[in-house]
Amino acid sequence: MDIFLLEAVVDGLLLGGVLALLALGLNLIFGVIDVVWICYVELVMCGMYTIYWLYASFGVPFLLACLAGIVVVAVLGLLVHKLIIEPVLSYAPINQLLATGGLLFFLQSFATLLFGTDFRNVGIHLAPFELGEINVSKARLLAFGVALAGAGGLYLFLKRTYLGTAIRAIAEDREVMGLMGVSPRSIYFITSGIGGGLAGLAACLLVLQYDVHPFIGNSFGPITFMICVLGGLGNMIGGFAAAFIMSQIIAVGGYYFSIEFSYVLAFLLFIVMIFVRPQGIFSR
Amino acid sequence: MAAANTEAISTGEPQLLALNEVSAGYGSFQALFGVSLSVNLGEAIGVIGPNGAGKTTLMRVISGLLPATAGEVRLLGSPIGHLPAHRIVAEGIAHVPENRRLFPRLTVEENLRMGAFIPAARRHLAERLQWVYDLFPRLHERRGQAAGTMSGGEQQMCAIGRALMSRPKLLLMDEPSAGLAPLAVEQVFELVRRIRGEGFTVLIVEQNVQQVLALVDRAYLLEAGHIHLSGTAAELRENEAIRKAYMGL
Repeated sequence: MDIFLLEAVVDGLLLGGVLALLALGLNLIFGVIDVVWICYVELVMCGMYTIYWLYASFGVPFLLACLAGIVVVAVLGLLVHKLIIEPVLSYAPINQLLATGGLLFFLQSFATLLFGTDFRNVGIHLAPFELGEINVSKARLLAFGVALAGAGGLYLFLKRTYLGTAIRAIAEDREVMGLMGVSPRSIYFITSGIGGGLAGLAACLLVLQYDVHPFIGNSFGPITFMICVLGGLGNMIGGFAAAFIMSQIIAVGGYYFSIEFSYVLAFLLFIVMIFVRPQGIFSR
Repeated sequence: MAAANTEAISTGEPQLLALNEVSAGYGSFQALFGVSLSVNLGEAIGVIGPNGAGKTTLMRVISGLLPATAGEVRLLGSPIGHLPAHRIVAEGIAHVPENRRLFPRLTVEENLRMGAFIPAARRHLAERLQWVYDLFPRLHERRGQAAGTMSGGEQQMCAIGRALMSRPKLLLMDEPSAGLAPLAVEQVFELVRRIRGEGFTVLIVEQNVQQVLALVDRAYLLEAGHIHLSGTAAELRENEAIRKAYMGL
């Protein structure tokens, strides 16, 4: 096998980890609360700025800055739910889309106002290392590992804890959870916090690989939504798998053609799938 | 016995549940018109009537899933009509909904555990679980299985077990025999008998009139959102109109 192709495959695999993490968070929120946070990736941007700002401007140790980033985005998630979603929860889904869509533009503009449109980098460069004959990015490998650990942690939480079971149960039947004595509001609140926390974790991983700018959400948002739809909205395992399919298309497509064209391929696949299997490839 | 008896039966026993002139509906469609009924502690009460009579709506009003548009619902004398469903469980009413409504992809045990969500129940989760397993050993055999993969009768057993996890003062059952094979119907009614034997107060809605009248102390006939008849099970069994319309006799 061509070394560069192999490198592209490994790259795609590593990219898939972070995308899978983003898809997990979005699917968790959709599965439980039945709303799509159009601004989800903008929350990641907020986390990246938090980390950048604490680390580069204030000299806070990187790990501590990451921790703060996760907390900040988790709190942002809680606020998004409390301030944006809850007031429109009983209305038609389009209102929720518009509300979070509006927040997307607000966050982009707010970041522009605060930081300008400059591309900023935390300036941590992890040298790539050689694995056999291929070069592997340390930052991506780290991101991949942490993303998988995050996904595993979420899985264990949902599977092994009482609260996690309740979150899965409410995703299956919201009304009956009321008959169990569960106030959906509190579960939604907790879920929003977890969804925010996952976005914060993704921010920690992306800040090592990409420059922060107010519109970085545009690079990851569409692909994250495509992954979720491809895997079946709300289907966490489907989204997880779809993330790796999409990242392979982008990476391997980028090897054969160009990175721009590989995105075209990914969107093409998405459009075809919407017609062929709108419920998602991994629908139950 | 022609009109619903809204006054407490003067035995000195506290009235566990009392509905007074309750109306409810969905949007502009009214399903219940001034329904009054009462359930005393320890009783098993049936609500019978044809499809679309408002039986399920009645259950949904009592458990707080649907707000009443008029009238009041009292539990042990205190009004509960204004409470949302998740607060009513803590007051002591558990509802086995129509079509069981288990969490299909959760295991049997996870379903039961969700039934003990309220703090008073969750404190004794292990105990309660053991108690339900003792009551329904079949659920113990199936505890690791996804609830949606069981037979209809077993699912009904699980739905009842889940409701019992909160140790309710009043157990509401909405058509527990619906959609079950004849043999499973027998088994479900047997389960209900055992639950009565455990001392639970039961309010059961059924289309299976003959079976339910053999089980309950008193019953109400609900037709087109109105209570048309009420009386002891024996009285209703002897009633000519009921025999004709509902028992095929």
